[in-house]
Amino acid sequence: MRKKTKNSFNQATAPILFLLPNMIIFSVFIIIPAFQGLRMAAYEWGILSTPHYIGWSNFLEMLKDTVFWKTFANTLIYSLFSVPLLVIVALLFAYFLQDNSMKGVRVYRSLFYIPSLLSMITVGIAWRFLLGDDMGIVNYLIRFMGSQGVHWLTESGTAMLSIILITVWAGAGYFMVIMIAGFQAIPQDLYEAARIDGASPRETFWKITIPMLRGTILVTLVLATISSFKAYELIIVTTGGGPGYATKFIVQQVYQAAFMEDRMGYASMMSIVLMILISVITLFQFAITGKKQDYE
Amino acid sequence: MNNRGIPFTLYALITFLAVATVSPIIWVVLSSFKSQSELFTVPLRLFPTNWTVSNYVAAVRQGNFLRYFSNTVFVAVTATLITVTINLMAGYALAKYKFPGREAIFTIMLATLMIPLQVIMVPIFLQLKTLGLLNSLWGIIIPPAATPTGIFLARQYLQTVPDSLIEAARIDGAGEFFIFRKVIVPLAKPIIATIAIFSFMWRWNDYLWPLIVITDNRKQTMQQALANFVGQLQINWSSLLAMTTIAIIPMIVVFLLFQKHFMTGITSGAIKG
Repeated sequence: MRKKTKNSFNQATAPILFLLPNMIIFSVFIIIPAFQGLRMAAYEWGILSTPHYIGWSNFLEMLKDTVFWKTFANTLIYSLFSVPLLVIVALLFAYFLQDNSMKGVRVYRSLFYIPSLLSMITVGIAWRFLLGDDMGIVNYLIRFMGSQGVHWLTESGTAMLSIILITVWAGAGYFMVIMIAGFQAIPQDLYEAARIDGASPRETFWKITIPMLRGTILVTLVLATISSFKAYELIIVTTGGGPGYATKFIVQQVYQAAFMEDRMGYASMMSIVLMILISVITLFQFAITGKKQDYE
Repeated sequence: MNNRGIPFTLYALITFLAVATVSPIIWVVLSSFKSQSELFTVPLRLFPTNWTVSNYVAAVRQGNFLRYFSNTVFVAVTATLITVTINLMAGYALAKYKFPGREAIFTIMLATLMIPLQVIMVPIFLQLKTLGLLNSLWGIIIPPAATPTGIFLARQYLQTVPDSLIEAARIDGAGEFFIFRKVIVPLAKPIIATIAIFSFMWRWNDYLWPLIVITDNRKQTMQQALANFVGQLQINWSSLLAMTTIAIIPMIVVFLLFQKHFMTGITSGAIKG
């Protein structure tokens, strides 16, 4: 009898103990800092000075801060172009490589996935080496074919384009894997029925494949959008945000204000804008995946 | 799509795209074996005319590279052990115990996905400062060790373990921690492998956490060192390419060894979570 009481006591406390390490970490390093960040936005806060309350001043300053809105616009432009490109490229790769019985399919999938294994720092270094103005292999090949070299990372217009294309190169394989799972989850009898009804491959693709993939496509769109808002590493090793402010994004602006200019309150204010962007997209993701699970 | 229906031209196109995708990496790796004088000598050649490891020798000898490397290994290994342990424990609690507030706790844990480090860099920095974790490798290891995706994967997987197995162990008089260690952990090996691989990869490649936590040069990780190296006025490409290759190769090896786990990890994490 005594043993049994001891056991049921254990059964009540065990889950709490199992959850404790995670709950402590989440509280101390995410939840408390998140509220602290909200509070700091109303302060003039620096390591070198005593914080003091300034109400809405940071907010008003942010509204007039043209550099911040430039980085905000840059982030949105980067997101607007890189995300759809990523999803389309991943969709194409996955479309051709969905069939497990295709010869060599595993090798092809691996080759497309390999760039996703690299950190964005090493991705940036690799491309900076390849896209060098004078000595890069890309310009070398372009000149070899008789054209002029391009200032891939050192001219405003092309720098943003290069960053977008590098992002697609680095991420397409990852999203391809998600898409392949989506393709494979489509019931084969739908294709069978379409074939019997005499549907052309094109009709089958637009009328069956794409509608059935809608959930997967939405999830990849959301994941890619969130990661585009967080972009930082790639920029600092390729363009450093330049030339001028051409490729400077929100995260870099926040980092600079907080850790180089010691304006932590103002940096927190800018972070809130980023937090709102990311939260909205994440809630949207939960809504989709929630619906998808109900459907299943 | 039908296997026999794939025409030769399509194979050719896919092959071309696949080669184009990996060629930048191959170019970097091969260039790291070229001597400094050959690196930018026109005409550029794919393969080094004289293979040399002098760039690697120089990279290892120069500055603190070995220290960056061992810091990175220490962080990646320790963090992975902690992450796997605590995420599996949490996933087990959420999958197999009934207690008030279970759903609320799960929801809160998932909701922390809305607050990535990029958004709370500043208050995190102050928190680490208060706790004395700045400039300590533990400051990189502990805060990101609890991951919502890891908990989610563990919970999802452990929900498939039959309750009768746990009940039987309890009737035999086994304590709760004993059951976790001797019954659950052996059953969870596949998901442990998946979480471990992704954790290790993420830690190996991570840049932002070390950037916030570490300023002391001797405590930096490889990704930090690489970024600093690029920031210099005159980039020493020979050494940099060797270091970059050293940072890339372990990831590719891990991938080739555990391919199956990559595919399951990405799909279950992304589609359902």
